[in-house]
Amino acid sequence: MVSLLRNQKVRNTLLQVLFVGSLAAMVLACVMIARRNLAEQGITSGFDFLFKSTGWDVNFSLLPANANDPYWWFFLIGIINTLFLGTTGLVLATIVGTIVGLARTSSNELARLLGRTYVDIFRNIPLILQVFFWYAVITHLPTPRAAHEAFGMLLTSRGLYVPIPNVGGAALAAAMLAVIAAIALPVWLGRTPRLNQPFGERSTIQLAGAAAALACAAVILAVGRLPDLPLLDFPALQGLNLKGGMRIPPEFSALAIAIAIYGGSYIAEIVRGGFKAVGKGQMEAALSLGLSPWRVFTLVRLPLALRAMLPILANQYVWLMKATTMGIAVGFTDFFMIVALTINHSGQTLEVIGILMAGFLAINLSLAAVFNRINKAIALKGNQLRG
Amino acid sequence: MEMIVVAPPAPGRLEDLKRRFFATPLQALLSLISLTIMAFIVWKLLDWAVFSAVFTTGGGPEACQAAAGACWSVITARWRVILFGLYPFEEQWRSALACVSVVVMTVLSCMPAFWTGRRIALVWGAGTGLYYVLMKGGVLGLPYVGEEAWGGLALTLFIFVTTCLVGFPLAICLALLRRSDLPWISRTTGLIIDGVRSLPLISILFTFAVVLPFALPQWLQGDKLYRVILGSALFFSAYQAEIVRGGMQGVPAGQEEAAMALGMSYWQRIGRIVLPQAMRNALPATINQFVISFKETSLVVIVGFFEILASGNAAYGTGEWRFAYVEVYAFIAFIYFVFVFSLSRYGAYLERRMSVSER
Repeated sequence: MVSLLRNQKVRNTLLQVLFVGSLAAMVLACVMIARRNLAEQGITSGFDFLFKSTGWDVNFSLLPANANDPYWWFFLIGIINTLFLGTTGLVLATIVGTIVGLARTSSNELARLLGRTYVDIFRNIPLILQVFFWYAVITHLPTPRAAHEAFGMLLTSRGLYVPIPNVGGAALAAAMLAVIAAIALPVWLGRTPRLNQPFGERSTIQLAGAAAALACAAVILAVGRLPDLPLLDFPALQGLNLKGGMRIPPEFSALAIAIAIYGGSYIAEIVRGGFKAVGKGQMEAALSLGLSPWRVFTLVRLPLALRAMLPILANQYVWLMKATTMGIAVGFTDFFMIVALTINHSGQTLEVIGILMAGFLAINLSLAAVFNRINKAIALKGNQLRG
Repeated sequence: MEMIVVAPPAPGRLEDLKRRFFATPLQALLSLISLTIMAFIVWKLLDWAVFSAVFTTGGGPEACQAAAGACWSVITARWRVILFGLYPFEEQWRSALACVSVVVMTVLSCMPAFWTGRRIALVWGAGTGLYYVLMKGGVLGLPYVGEEAWGGLALTLFIFVTTCLVGFPLAICLALLRRSDLPWISRTTGLIIDGVRSLPLISILFTFAVVLPFALPQWLQGDKLYRVILGSALFFSAYQAEIVRGGMQGVPAGQEEAAMALGMSYWQRIGRIVLPQAMRNALPATINQFVISFKETSLVVIVGFFEILASGNAAYGTGEWRFAYVEVYAFIAFIYFVFVFSLSRYGAYLERRMSVSER
């Protein structure tokens, strides 16, 4: 027996069995206790509750929702809200980050100082504090009757009212897809090897592609337009309330602004790092070939920097996606808030925690997959990143 | 005959400025734009925060509301709530002293003289112990104050310090387990680490605060505060474990092989050869993790703790100071900024110092 324990192989196997076994036992014990406790409260485990109606409502949804809808529909709404907020935040943060990052790498001392001050201030204040701050600012805006007006938008304590086109929902979605295509098409046309043409002609084809997609969007809008109404629906005061336009609730705008500003300061640093990683020799070589400064930037500096920053940027995007869970602090019904509300109302704790984990795993994995794909597609052959 | 020595003219100040900021038309434009933005922001900020601001509580909230600038009297009136929460008024000096002990402990652990395993453990043990005794009382003639009355900055610091204190050893354990030669142990640990890393902190805090009581036997549940600290320590350790593992990968394999050849045991190899070098490699990333973790401490407000953000919300949310939210948030942001900025500057300094010493 003792000699058996001295055997390295036996001991290793035993150790592993002990480790995994005790972990599994702990988890199992927790689940058993939880099930017993829940059963005492009259809650049966299982996923049947997903098809019961919730009895409560959400304050923000891109899809139709009311208290009679089942739980699974609400989870879907939560995921879509999270993705919508996350994507809005990502895009805004990337815009802010690129501007500030470029300022930080500029040759102008004052612009550098300005960029650095921005990063130092907003990176060092917790995101949730910034969320609270913007939420307080927006909810302290004047009431609809005394609303601030700018470019047809109305700023009020009940939210931001923006004009929307008087177009049917399906047509609007189709037009949006066409606009996205107009942006994506030139990029794709620029990359596909099938169009192996000289530089000038390729850019003509790219322009034509974008124009065609935009024309498509315009046609869809014209066809889907609601009859007898002006093309744009402006919000306006009617009685004590605002009519028309689209309302962006304060919860959403506070979160989007905070994520844009905070995330922007992180992305600025990533952008700066990316530009710093481009070797000086690359730029000098490009300049000595007689390229103009603008072309050096667009053809040499930017593409190389983009490749250097993409992996880090992917991590930052995943982080920002997870940061949307702060919605619960101001009452934005993102995926996590729906989860918390469901636990409160239905008591199906274990199942809902499982759904929460699965949801975030799916979001993380799909983001990672997308970025791996992009990374692989644009990776340079050989060692061209070296200075 | 007198000699007149004429030095070559030094570039005048004006010329220097011209070269630096107005070399080309584009540069000049950029400089002008930046200068305008900066001047505008600085002027507006100064006007709001200093020139038109009200500092005294003499006039009460009404005088404040009439002023065009900031209303710092809300801070003068409510700073005790923001810093100490609901801690009993007469005992608040203890809360202040506890905060000081944490700050002193952090400063001490930034000094290279304390960078051995034993000394750093001693400093952190003593600092946290002192904090705990001061806050909780019940001994040395200090009246007892339960955890439910802790709040404000003091609670924020407590959660941060205990998170690190629990999370750091746990991180080293996780890193060692993940590095293990036994495939099942390293794979299971990897699964735990990656699983925790893929979840948002808020969901972990929520699970530990609200869901865990269902899944634990009565005697294991403990106070909600300690469960939340455990959750945030778990989150911290999942990230820190990867940093430590990265540091270990930077230690050349020959080091461990040499130690093995000398007949050192596993613990001797890890404790005396691998970990000291790994921690050195991982130091900048570790400081960065501390910075992130300090900022994320603020998330406990969501599971219902009265830390500095919640006490700030309470400071302006009730009664007559309802309009003064910007000042309260600015005050809290300033406190966070001081802590986080100095820590991250220290990290940057350390990184520079290390990259110099490696040359």
